Amino acid sequence: MRTKLIPPASESGSESKRESDFESWGRYPKVKSSLRPLHWMGDFPLRPAVSPQLPVGMGRSYGDVCLLEGGTLLGTRGLDRLLAFDAQTGLLRCESGVTLAEILRFAVPLGWFLPVTPGTKYVTVGGAIANDIHGKNHHVAGTFGCHVPRFELVRSDGTRISCSASENSDWFAATIGGMGLTGLIAWAEVQLRPIVSRNICYEGIRFHGMDEFLALSAASSHAEYTVAWIDCISRGRNFARGIFMLGDHSHLPDPLLPTPEPRLSVPFDFPGWALNRFAMRVFNGAYYHKQRHRHVSALVDYEPFFYPLDKVLHWNRIYGKRGFLQFQCVLPFAHGREGMEAILQAIADSGLGSFLAVLKVMGNPASPGSMSFPMPGITLALDIPIHSDVTFRLFDRLAEMTRELGGRLYPAKDARMTAAQFQFFYPQWREFAAYRDPDFTSSFWERVTHGA
Amino acid sequence: MAHKNAIPQTVLVLGATSAIAQAWMRLLAPHGTQFFLVARQEERLRAVAADLQTRGATAVHIEALNLDRTDEHPAMLERAARVLGRIDCAMIAHGVLGDQSQADRDFSHAAMLLHTNLISVVSLGTWLANYFEAQGQGTLAAISSVAGDRGRWKNCVYGASKAGMNMFLDGLRNRLDRRGVQVLTIRPGFVATPMTAHMPQGPLFAQPERVARDIQRAIEKRRDIVYTPWFWRWMMLAVRLIPEWKFKRMDV
Repeated sequence: MRTKLIPPASESGSESKRESDFESWGRYPKVKSSLRPLHWMGDFPLRPAVSPQLPVGMGRSYGDVCLLEGGTLLGTRGLDRLLAFDAQTGLLRCESGVTLAEILRFAVPLGWFLPVTPGTKYVTVGGAIANDIHGKNHHVAGTFGCHVPRFELVRSDGTRISCSASENSDWFAATIGGMGLTGLIAWAEVQLRPIVSRNICYEGIRFHGMDEFLALSAASSHAEYTVAWIDCISRGRNFARGIFMLGDHSHLPDPLLPTPEPRLSVPFDFPGWALNRFAMRVFNGAYYHKQRHRHVSALVDYEPFFYPLDKVLHWNRIYGKRGFLQFQCVLPFAHGREGMEAILQAIADSGLGSFLAVLKVMGNPASPGSMSFPMPGITLALDIPIHSDVTFRLFDRLAEMTRELGGRLYPAKDARMTAAQFQFFYPQWREFAAYRDPDFTSSFWERVTHGA
Repeated sequence: MAHKNAIPQTVLVLGATSAIAQAWMRLLAPHGTQFFLVARQEERLRAVAADLQTRGATAVHIEALNLDRTDEHPAMLERAARVLGRIDCAMIAHGVLGDQSQADRDFSHAAMLLHTNLISVVSLGTWLANYFEAQGQGTLAAISSVAGDRGRWKNCVYGASKAGMNMFLDGLRNRLDRRGVQVLTIRPGFVATPMTAHMPQGPLFAQPERVARDIQRAIEKRRDIVYTPWFWRWMMLAVRLIPEWKFKRMDV
């Protein structure tokens, strides 16, 4: 698991329960929990029972959706076995602690690829289902949950529930995007998609402003993968400039070798001042101008196309000990253009910046998950280092704007939304709450259902 | 050192649910290896077998057996040899860490630990040495520990069991090398496994995948002893060089 575990000073003792500091990938907030690693399906439910508890995989979500103050985290990374694979259909069954990186390592040489992937491959299948993650192909493929035909849910009382669209469909819907709260996902089936090459046919197109972005998105709905990087620091002439990126799996057969292990790692925490506005302005300008022409095409490997940051392990350390906040909203098309412009303007005006801000049009494919984040519209994701209250004030303002514009925020990337905002974004939360395992909760859930 | 070994096609793993053994077997499975797996719990063996089969193993046979029961070893090993046809590599991977503070108070805990880590290994090794000697080729590998290199207060019975294992394997190597059989002593340092899950995981902890790669390389290169990760070799050399009059006063 990737959540950082700061060991207590003493080496002695064989006690099975220790309280340690935990943080998610955003490094905010930091909470104390005990860790109980699970290695076999028979390790759960815990005996004797403990409460509260929460499953956590790689800890790559950003806020507190994978944290539990004062509770027990069930580390699922030891549940890393592949259970069955049909080489004809590409249907993989695996335990829930298997990471997407491990699936790629196994499946790419056999000519199969993930149906949906986020911007990192270092997440578990269980986490991908629990947060119903999406990727650059959302407009055509929907969320990860759309490609999970079946899984088994185990409740803390030992009840095992086989879930699919036709069997226990209510549990199926509650667990996809259910933030790990409905029970432990023991194993899941994932429908992979065929490839003949590691390569992606890539196109990068410079754009200025939301109108150009939306026009490019509309014109490229045939492409399997689309996403845009956007400069959210520059104002005036360069406001909302960016690079629109398209990709399709290459149809020309090519050797399907596995990816070598990453070697680069950020070995220590950067000091807080390292990420100043100047550095980010330089980075954003350089990123925009790295592409020398208005329109480029190239054949690129899938690793840099999908996972540019995975090359550097522990990249979150460049944000220093204080960490960063992620913001991801989706706005419906009705208010999309002017809403996104207003949000980008608010970010640029705040004087706070982001290295990597990402804009994407989300499509119609509906998720089976009842609490799933995506909806048709425009989504913006960015990270902002925590400098002071200015950061928190900006996030509060952005959450309010999202609410007024009829959009919603993504729990997996949130450390800040209020209970009122959450309950407005996800009015179905009360029905969902009935499916929560009585022994399971998270710091996020406690925060957003507080007082309810 | 003789020629390089090929990737083993038929493998017997004793203690097959150990994290290091699992990681190592995952390296072999895509090559179509046949496995015979032995461990205590059948349910866990089934999960491991499914994983290996999914990853490309040609066949995976399982047998649930508590390896403390040395009287059952010969029959089990004969079954394994019969089912696999021939054994290219036997991996002894079972073992317990024990609790030194309990062993300090209660000899029966120390005796249990020695039985599992040493006596049962001698039992398996005796049968396997005769088997490999007759076969005239193959690899007998066993997971020991750097803890067997010097006696420490904090794990003295565990260390003694591993030191005994090292001596036994050295002796078997002395006998079998001339018959064309590799005897490999694997000495890992701290590895992040269920066995060490209760310990604070410092920077010296290695992942089982890393250890597994070192093991496979040592098998292919027909090494005798492999420290994994590599730096333990030099660290333990330094530890062994400390004179006893000094070492006995150290808090280790």
